[in-house]
Amino acid sequence: MREIEYRDALNEAFDEELARDENVVLMGEEVAQYNGAYKVTKGLWEKWGDKRIMDMPISEAGFIGMGVGASMLGVRPVMELMFWSFHSVAFDQLVNNAANVRYMSGGLCNCPIVIRGPANGGTNVGATHSHTPEGLFAAFPGLKVISPATAADAKGLMKSAIRDNDPVYVMESTLLYGVKGPVPDPADGDFTIPLGVADIKREGTDVSLIAHGQSVLVALKAAEILQSEHGINAEVVDLRSIRPLDQDAIINSVKKTNRAVIVDESKPFCGVSSQLITLIQEYAFDHLDAPIKRVCSLDAPAIYSPAVEPEQLPTPAKVVKAVLSIS
Amino acid sequence: MATTTDYSQAPINQQLTADDKIDLYRQLARIRRFEQATQKPYSQGKMGGFLHLYIGQESVAVGTISLCGAHDHVITAYRCHAHALSCGMNMNECMAELFGKATGCSKGKGGSMHFFAPDKNFWGGHGIVGGQTPLGLGLAFGEKYKGNKGACLCYMGDGAINQGAFHESLNIAQLHSVPVVYIIENNGYSMGTSQNRSSAYKDTLAKRADAYDMAWDTVDGENIYEVRAKTQQALERAHNQSKPTVLEIFTYRYYGHSVADANHKKYRTPEEIEDYKKNHDPVLLWRGQIISEGLLTDEQATAIDKEARKEAAASVKFAEESPYPTVDSIFEDVYWEVDNNTEAGNTGRHFFND
Repeated sequence: MREIEYRDALNEAFDEELARDENVVLMGEEVAQYNGAYKVTKGLWEKWGDKRIMDMPISEAGFIGMGVGASMLGVRPVMELMFWSFHSVAFDQLVNNAANVRYMSGGLCNCPIVIRGPANGGTNVGATHSHTPEGLFAAFPGLKVISPATAADAKGLMKSAIRDNDPVYVMESTLLYGVKGPVPDPADGDFTIPLGVADIKREGTDVSLIAHGQSVLVALKAAEILQSEHGINAEVVDLRSIRPLDQDAIINSVKKTNRAVIVDESKPFCGVSSQLITLIQEYAFDHLDAPIKRVCSLDAPAIYSPAVEPEQLPTPAKVVKAVLSIS
Repeated sequence: MATTTDYSQAPINQQLTADDKIDLYRQLARIRRFEQATQKPYSQGKMGGFLHLYIGQESVAVGTISLCGAHDHVITAYRCHAHALSCGMNMNECMAELFGKATGCSKGKGGSMHFFAPDKNFWGGHGIVGGQTPLGLGLAFGEKYKGNKGACLCYMGDGAINQGAFHESLNIAQLHSVPVVYIIENNGYSMGTSQNRSSAYKDTLAKRADAYDMAWDTVDGENIYEVRAKTQQALERAHNQSKPTVLEIFTYRYYGHSVADANHKKYRTPEEIEDYKKNHDPVLLWRGQIISEGLLTDEQATAIDKEARKEAAASVKFAEESPYPTVDSIFEDVYWEVDNNTEAGNTGRHFFND
């Protein structure tokens, strides 16, 4: 299968959905004439023009809210936040309007919007630009949150997100945009991946490493080390979707391996990992041979120092250590 | 606010038939009586939360919304009862919503601040001050995107104009030629803070539109002819040039910010309130206007008012007799895909109750 970069996989998803549905419109800062701050939307403005690909001023509350309003009329905006960290200036629109308008209207309105952008640390841009808010937004009923780790997942999930009739927040990663992976050729048919379905990225028998987004790659590296250096056969469960959540995949894996380590780049307090742990203890308590462990970012704002920041994030070494502590 | 122009002669008002003018009065009376009918059940504890009454401002919603066509939309803040009724919602669904009943327009999930009727182009009813201003921008953008000649009337109070989201919306509206009409209903007070204590401005609040190179105007809200004439200009600008406008309509609310506003007679004088009730009441003024035009008699006007009062009382009865929503219904209307039992709605866990 051909291999393309994660950013190009997203680009293909947009291009195909723009062609499929005239109501799809891309909006955001620098998405059109600049070709996207990370070149994710490269070439789309040239191809689709001003109507479908719209540059927005630096006014996240204004343009995200505008997208929410337009979506209520049946437009399907795909809106880029240059960093998900900028959610804070649009928070009211993201959690009061997008998440609640269907509910408050007794189901009369709906909000088929996609809001997307990178949400990751590890690029030495400091605490204001390194937030990982997937757990935060998944805590608002009405919202859906996905976090693809590979190029194929990025494309397949993005296409499903655009077709979904609820607000879907897509957490990408600047560190993943340039990573290549196999993605089915468009000539072979419409390629989509449903929300709410996890993917076993590596089969294993001894411990379940449960991760999403960039942390999936960390877990996969750790699994290699565990196999080669310690003879431990780890299974890597890629959530792909935080809400809806593939609880069955998580529980089935833990029932098989009897041990679980959550690898989650977000902070430990009430993060995605906390929710997973409560589900595992509730649904697989009798199958656990050891306490559930987690490897999260160290619980402080993101440090800038390029020499130190990698140590604040989950690393394969930390995952290996956590697994060994319960093996 | 004395007006020197005779706005009754504006073309849009010349088009009004006698029946149209009488119907405007009927709407004013219905809104007034609807809100008055809420007072007793609210004080009896039959409604929860906030109740922001519009009494005193009725001419603004009635006058502006009377101009709306098939592709024109309405969205407002939490003081939304009048806009809802002006858009054609019935009293029963509105009153039942206040009672938190399943027969309410939002099935008892929204309450006083969150009335909706998308089929009548009414998009709420929004609780966060200024939070609806980007949504109004989006509704107007949506009509333009679909190639329709439409607009959105997006209402807010004078307190909302200091919210950042509003200024962001103004900039985007002008930059992208979005046919939105922002209507500042200036009743002089943002909760208990007078305009002079809450806003830095020169001359008028609407003048801030100048900073965005946007058209703006000020309107005497007690004069329905003026409200209609000036709003029509803004709508024509939206329809024909796809350009936004800011209108500042001067009006007054008789009651507090909400019914729970204990200080509403402290931050303004009883004389001020009395003066408005006596000399500037929009319902009485329009009633007097059309009687003086010989369109109906005092008795006929009273009959219309009585009918409105009866309709409001019947809506209270309807609301009282309606069932409450069930606890199970809490999980309806959260996700479209779940409600519609689609494949996406059945894939993965959506709710996380233990």
